[in-house]
Amino acid sequence: MASFSELIERVKSEIQETDVETVHALLKGGTPLTLIDVRERDEFVDGHIQGAQFVPRGMLDLKIEGMVAERDTPIVLYCAGGTRSALAAKSLQDLGYSDVKSMAGGFGAWKSGGHKVHIPKALSQDQLSRYSRHLIIPEVGETGQRKLLDAKVLMLGAGGLGSPAALYLAAAGVGKIGIIDSDVVDRSNLQRQILHTDDRVGTSKVESARQTLKALNPDVEVVAYETWLNSDNVLEIFEGWDIVVDGGDNFATRYLVNDACVHLDIPNVHGSVYRFDGQVTSFVPHDGPCYRCLYPEPPPPELAPSCQEAGVLGVLPGIIGLLQAIEVVKLIVGIGEPLKGRLLTFDGLNSQFRELKLRRDPECSVCRDGAEFTGFIDYQLFCNVG
Amino acid sequence: MAVNVRIPTPLRKFTSGKDIILVEGATVGEALENLTSAHPELRTKLFSDNGQVRRFVNVFANEEDIRFLEQLNTAVADGDQVSIIPAIAGGRA
Repeated sequence: MASFSELIERVKSEIQETDVETVHALLKGGTPLTLIDVRERDEFVDGHIQGAQFVPRGMLDLKIEGMVAERDTPIVLYCAGGTRSALAAKSLQDLGYSDVKSMAGGFGAWKSGGHKVHIPKALSQDQLSRYSRHLIIPEVGETGQRKLLDAKVLMLGAGGLGSPAALYLAAAGVGKIGIIDSDVVDRSNLQRQILHTDDRVGTSKVESARQTLKALNPDVEVVAYETWLNSDNVLEIFEGWDIVVDGGDNFATRYLVNDACVHLDIPNVHGSVYRFDGQVTSFVPHDGPCYRCLYPEPPPPELAPSCQEAGVLGVLPGIIGLLQAIEVVKLIVGIGEPLKGRLLTFDGLNSQFRELKLRRDPECSVCRDGAEFTGFIDYQLFCNVG
Repeated sequence: MAVNVRIPTPLRKFTSGKDIILVEGATVGEALENLTSAHPELRTKLFSDNGQVRRFVNVFANEEDIRFLEQLNTAVADGDQVSIIPAIAGGRA
């Protein structure tokens, strides 16, 4: 029977090898290349080649088809020293991949060659403990948690929808949370706006939100915008955020948020509530429909229901706001199926969820292909079903 | 053809509080015509003067937006569901 080293030698003779200098030159030259780190998670986290995808060797056969569809795609595998990647290259070759190479010498040779090593931000002991229930979910793990920690999410409103969403996003470790709200806390808010407390009645909502979120998770940076969103400040405020959570209460703001998100290509997780009913969807610009594909124009004031008719069961925005929060987490981590092109409706009285299909409007004034940006519109503010 | 029309909460005051109304109709247009005949106050809420569905109201035949089907001529079958989904702003306040 062949010894392990004889086996490795035989495998190496049956596959193609490359070296670190060649790989370095290819990456530097921008050549399209699928570079896969086949080591274990702790090795990858300690440092890897920038741009490498992480798939431990044991998972490679299962995952490769989902990652690389074309069998002739150039693939380079590496491990610590070139042994595991040689075995992995043999497996991929057996699966029909025709251009697979193992990087001789592995990550060790890469480092001793003086090439740059990418070390992802390591989680602190506190973070390992705080996020432990995320870390043990394979779909999230350390990679997903780091994405959350690096994410910047802007909340439109610290109210009924923004309260539950911001609380759970802060708890989940979203690194930076912005909150836009110009209001002060009113006692009538407390029936549903659980960011705020009775002793903060009369104080600024964004400050109250900051206190609550920092108390829950000191990791989170809270950026407060105590202002009314309008066409003059929307770009300045929105630029640089990864995702916007729209929990607005009026049409003027909804359209402004939509138009700015389309212009800046920021996904907009949209929620709305009325009495016992709620709706949620994710508008991903230029990939799925936007709010204007759904409703090209706001209703004129005389046709919007009056303020006196409004009202909402306090629990309802809790449900809808948290559906927005899970959408945000999925979009950040890159897992699951977001509510892109789907409107999820919730009927609280009958406890029924339904789903409606939303489509991109090829004539949409803001997101159709080739649409020119013509500036933002400040719609007249009027009382509505908020 | 008998189809169920789902009435959204803000419009239920025009249907005596009913959330689902069974009407006859072979197309979405016919169903809504019969609906608004029975509940005339709904007409101006759903249709503009030229008889088109208002732009801030969407109508779905089952789960599909009729704007991407045959508009009001979209055919419906017995037991289908027509949903009226108006724009709703609320959330923060």
